[in-house]
This record gives sequence, structure tokens and C-alpha cells, in this order.
Amino acid sequence: MTETTPDAVPAAPAKPQVIEAPADRTRRLRVGGVMLVFALIGLGLAAFTKSGKATFQLVSGDLEHNLLGLPAQPVAIVLGILGVGAAVAYILRQVPQRYAGWLAAVLGVAFIGAFLCWASAGKTFPLANQFQGTLNFATPLILGALAGVLCERAGVINIAIEGQFLVGAFTAALVSSTTNSATAALIAAAASGVLMAALLAVFSIKYLVNQVVLGVVLVVFATGITGFLFDQFMQPEAEKLNTPNVLSAVKIPGLADIPFIGPILFNQTILVYLTYLAVAVVTFVLFETRWGLRIRAVGEHPKAADTVGIKVKRIRYSAVLAAGVLAGLGGAFFTVGYAGSFAKEMTAGNGFIALAALIMGRWHPIGAMVAALFFGFATQLQSQLQIIQTPIPGELLLMAPYLATIIAVAGLVGRVRAPKADGEPYVTE
Amino acid sequence: MSTETEAAPVPAPPAKEPQRGAGLPSWAVQGLVSLSAIVLALLVGAILIIIGDDQVQKAVGYFGAAPMDTLSAALTAVGEAYKSLAVGALGGWTPISESLTQATPLICGGLAVSLAFRTGLFNIGAQGQLIAGAILASYVGFAWHLPPVLHLIVAIVAGLIGGALWGGVVGLLKARTGAHEVIVTIMLNYVAIYLLAWLLTTSTFQRPGRTDPISPIVDSNAQYPKFGDTRLHVGFLVALVAAVFVWWLLNRSTIGFELRAVGANADASRTAGMSVGRAYVIAMVVAGALAGLAGTQQVLGTDLPLTDGVAASVGFDAITVALLGRGTPLGTVLAGLLFGALNAGGLQMQLITQTPLTLTTVLQAVIVLFVAAPALVRSIFRFLPKERGVGAVLAKGWNG
Repeated sequence: MTETTPDAVPAAPAKPQVIEAPADRTRRLRVGGVMLVFALIGLGLAAFTKSGKATFQLVSGDLEHNLLGLPAQPVAIVLGILGVGAAVAYILRQVPQRYAGWLAAVLGVAFIGAFLCWASAGKTFPLANQFQGTLNFATPLILGALAGVLCERAGVINIAIEGQFLVGAFTAALVSSTTNSATAALIAAAASGVLMAALLAVFSIKYLVNQVVLGVVLVVFATGITGFLFDQFMQPEAEKLNTPNVLSAVKIPGLADIPFIGPILFNQTILVYLTYLAVAVVTFVLFETRWGLRIRAVGEHPKAADTVGIKVKRIRYSAVLAAGVLAGLGGAFFTVGYAGSFAKEMTAGNGFIALAALIMGRWHPIGAMVAALFFGFATQLQSQLQIIQTPIPGELLLMAPYLATIIAVAGLVGRVRAPKADGEPYVTE
Repeated sequence: MSTETEAAPVPAPPAKEPQRGAGLPSWAVQGLVSLSAIVLALLVGAILIIIGDDQVQKAVGYFGAAPMDTLSAALTAVGEAYKSLAVGALGGWTPISESLTQATPLICGGLAVSLAFRTGLFNIGAQGQLIAGAILASYVGFAWHLPPVLHLIVAIVAGLIGGALWGGVVGLLKARTGAHEVIVTIMLNYVAIYLLAWLLTTSTFQRPGRTDPISPIVDSNAQYPKFGDTRLHVGFLVALVAAVFVWWLLNRSTIGFELRAVGANADASRTAGMSVGRAYVIAMVVAGALAGLAGTQQVLGTDLPLTDGVAASVGFDAITVALLGRGTPLGTVLAGLLFGALNAGGLQMQLITQTPLTLTTVLQAVIVLFVAAPALVRSIFRFLPKERGVGAVLAKGWNG
């Protein structure tokens, strides 16, 4: 609290003192401490980096050209120092509060860079594959997290994303196998997601079932029903019913020719383009349209919304059902977008990672997307590091998204606050 | 559909008295709702069985010519499936012992979730706590060599500690930072799963000479003694003792009173001078220890080596068990027995009538769905009296 007292030298009017509340100060020191720990780990990695070149492959599958060779240790040291600088600058309040987030971003990039230099010193790291895989893993997470954003902004907790994924994946595989139509498969997956969402909506909004309980039960239900249908119908006639066509990549002319990022971002399946679109649309709808304003109103203060004539339940139904479309499409990614066939419980907890992304992203579409990309990055990095053989066990890397989420909700990094009426059923008196 | 029609309710008499059933004690009302939910779930399951049955599909082909064939084929399919389910769960000592074996970890896991419920916490983390307990218990079980009885006790205590730590973190974070327990427990489940997967690749845990994720078998001194030739072990009795302990803790101890008070109204408890944070930590430590106990039953009783499948879906089934058991120790034991029987019978049903085991998962989900929505069950079975105050003990939204 010493900072709150004005400086003893009065002749410095050019630098106004920003008064900081004790709680903010504690938070700053705590967050700064966490940042400093990461920065020092990054610097420590630099110290242990082997000498030699770290080679980064910039075009997927091309081992001859487009390689970026960097002297591993010097680059790692520079990045490590940059990270420590960012952490110290944050702790000492050297940048305005508004830009504090950028320091965290600088630290994050520097840390990952130093880590990659350490891991790939003397080796070749497939950087293009890394980003390609990040996008692959992140696509369903983004769609699922967006579905969660829509539901929870309207005040309905959705931890049944996993269940919606499973049903969407199953339906997409079935419809694609029987009709050979990608469009039909995606529409059917979206419809099945809406069906699951309808269960969520009816039981939570009409029958006032505790929404966390409901979410858990719906996941079990989806696991059971897709498992049953798979065992009973799909598996015995797998050649007919479980051979969906994997969506083919569609190159966007012009954009796909941008070096490095072009082929990664703009030579993708229609589902990935739909995901880009979904992020933009959900952000726009939520913050720029009347429907979005009403969604946020019923999620924060349903009574006030009701008082000004907004139909609380109707808005909640519409938001939950619209979210079902996104979650169903996210599920479709697992079969028609990636794996090419359905297997029992194939979504393997991705619905819960989407939930984590939504919370890490602070219930904001863009934030959720960034968090989903981070989780996708960690997952892909794990498989890449196994290929180039680093001493880090892959399982520990796979923990990263979950640990990061715990750190986030524990308030160690920034404030995480849910919509105020999230999870509370609205009962008119 | 003989099974349903027997249990199906008699049509309600004219609803002249508005206060029907008001005289019934609340446990009877809850029992009726649970029973109705089970009947409804069996009906949903019957529909799935009928859709999936070959004979029914054939009979539907000539439905116009002989509609009764379809009906009788449907009744036969459902009857046989449910009969093999019942025989597999209860038809003799071996099936019963298998049901009890399946029920054992479900009871302890269910108690872990129930105890947290009563404190106003939603513990989705039984899975992770169970794994943490199983890791420590199995380590003590195969790496240490102690005399009989003592070894088992030490291994169980290790399991309790593992679970208590994994659960205690959640309570501590909730008390100190307000981090929502649902999110933290979900995340810790996955951390535990990957921790276990990693440990089983290390030389400390992996059985020498094996490349798959499996540990050495725990010493015979550290195993729960078995009943005869069955898979049933003393862990089942331990589970019952644990249920009595939870009952005592909640209903007869000062701490339990505080836990229930915090669960009923945290603000009022704080005003009354209780430490809400302390209650959260205690509840999660004890809940974690109970889930850890379930882990010891898996690894020291049923499985014997530690594998990456040690928890199966016990931790998640425990949630449905606790929900069906309404957060009371007795209810949890009964629900655990029911689900254990469904699991054991389901295996038999899959064997005899080729009805997939996953049907029992659907049954369990639907049972709990209906139990959680008493308003829906009442709108189907009009005769059921209205409940008071049920469901209010459960956790609220993210900010609550």
C-alpha cells in the first residue's frame, strides 16, 4: 500500500499517481509472481539448450526447402530474457494497465519459443505440421466452446457439450455413410445437436432440473445411446453404415498462396471455414444485435429483463437451441472432418476441454477461441515432441490445458467471472 | 413387457383431494418417485430393445398381415432381455456376489459425491480421487512388503490419503479463492488420468518385462480377502461400514451439523459463526478419502494390478448413484446396489440375448434424469404426491 502515498518529491506533476486498491495490488503481485516463474523456467530451459541449430520446417512434408535454421541456444536466451523482462515490467507496473495483457502475450510467445528451441536443438521441428494440427484439434473445441458461450450467456449451464459432440459425431458418420452427401451429414449433425440441446433446454428451463446434474446425466445418456446404437446397428453393418466420407479440403484461391499461413488457414475443409464464420457470427450476434443483448440480459439479470418485457424463457430456449447447432457441427468434425469412422466414446473428453476453453476465455467468443487454440496447440505439441523425441513425457503435456484452467479459475491469472444468473432457473412468481 | 405391467401403477382415482399423500413421510414420497423413475427407464429401455430386435424387425415386415406377430415378438424380446438381466443380477449366489462386487466401489464413490452434495458442493471429481487413491494404494501394495493384515491396513490408509489430497485441493481452492468445484474437479479428473498413464510408463510402476500400462500384482498380504470362489471381497463390508460412518458424521456429529448447515445456507452459517471455508475443506477431504477407498477396493480387491482402466467409469457412475440416492447414506447404498446389479445383469444380458451392455448405461441415465425432474415424473404418474424441499440441497450456478 506504500505506492498509494504520493511521492515525497512534489515537483513531478507530469507523472500522475495511479491509486491502486490493496486487492488489485495483491492480484498484481500474485499474477506477476506466476508470470515470473514461467519466465524463469523459460530462461532455465535456454541455459540447458544444447548448442547447434534448431531447424523449423515451414512447409508441411517438405524436408528440403523452406527450412528455417536458428542457432538454438542464443535465440532461446534472447527469448528467455524477453520473457523475464515482460514479467518484471508487469510486476513493476511499467506499462499502462490497458496493455498489461500484451505483456502476458509476449511472455507466452517467448516461453513457447524458448521451449521449442530447447526441444529441437540439433533436430528438425515440423512447425507447419504443428500449426496445422493445432487448427485440427482446436476446430471442435472452438465450436463446442462457442455453443457453451451462447448457452451460458443466456444463463443455462451447459456441461453436456461432450454429449452433443458424441451424438453429432455419430449422426454425421451415419448420414454420410448412407447418403454420401457431406451437406446432408453436416445438417443432420447440427440437427442432432439441436435435439440434445432441446433435452437440455426442456429439462432445465421447464422442469427446473439442476443444470450441472442435468449436464452430467445428458453426457451419460449420450454415451449410452450412441454406444447402444453403435453396438446394435452400426457395428454389424460397418461397411454400409460406418464408412463416412471425410470432408475434402477446399483451397481458397489467392489466400491459400500466402506463404506459411496460407496453406494452414485457407486449405481446409468446409467445417473449418464454418468455424471461422461461427466465431465472427457469435461475436457479432452477441454484442451487436438485439437478440444478443437480450441473451446477455437474461443471463445476467433475468428479473430485470422480464420487467422490461423480454420473454426470459423464450430467449433462453432460442439460445440453447442455436448453440446445439454449433455443438452438433463440432461433433461432426470427429467423424466426417477427421477420423473417418465412428467409435464408442470417441470424443474422449473433448467436450470438457471445450468447457474449459469457454471458462478460460471468460465466456467471450474470441477468448474461447484463443483458449481453444492454446489447448489444440498443447495437444498437437505432445504428439510432435514424441516424434522428435524429447525427454518430456507426453502425458504431462496433455495435462497442460487442465492445469491451466485450474490456475485460471483459482484467480491466479486475472479475474474469471461467469454470467451472474448462469445456472439459475427463472421462475415467474 | 410383463415386467412393466406388473409394476405399472393403477390409474389414479379421481383427484378430489388436493392434499393427496400429504400424510406420507418424505422418504416414502422420494421412494415412490424413484420407483416410478425406474419403471419409466425400463419402459424406455424396452423401446430400445424392441427397435434393436431382429425378430421384431422381421415381424414388422408383414405387420399388415399379422399385427399380433409384431406385438408378441416385441414382448418376447423385452421379456427375454429383462429376464436375463434379472437372472444375471440376482439368480443365485454367483450372480448376487457379482452384483455386490460391482456395487462395492459404486457405494463408496457414491458416498463421496453424496457427502459433498450435503455440504452444497458438486463433486464431479470422484474419478480423479479414486485414481489418486488407487495409485498410492497399489504402490504400497506391490512395493512394500509387510505382515498380513497390517499390509492391507497400510495400503488402505495410503489410498485414503491419496483420495483425500486430491479432493482436499478442491476444497482448499474453493475456500481460499472461490474457484468453482465443478470446474476444478472435472479438470483434476483429467490430470489424474494422465498422471496415471504417465506413471504406468515409469520403471517405478510398470511391471518389469511389460510394455503395456500395467503394474505388478499387489502382495497377497495387501489384498482384501475374498468370499469363497467369487470375486466378492471384504471391501464390500468396508463400503457398508463407510456408509454407517457417513451417516454418523452427517447426522450425529458436530462437524456433520456444520456441513449440512453450510450446504443448506452458506450465508446463514457464516452469520452464525461457522467457518464455511473449513466446512468445504473438511467435506472435500472426507469425500476424497471415500473415493480413494473405492480406489483401494478396485486395486486391492477386484483388479489387483494397477492399470490405466482402474477407474473404468466408476467415478462418473458414482454421481448418478448419489443423485439416485438423494445424498443420503442409505439411499446411496441402495442406489449403489441397484446399479451394481444392473451392471452385473447387463453383462449376462449381453451374453444371452446379445442386447448390448450399453443399454444399462442408458437405463442409468434415464433413471437419474427422471429422478432429477420430479415435476416430469409427477406429470406422467398423476397419483404421486408433491414433494417438499427435494433437490434444494444441490449445488447452484457457477457463482454460487
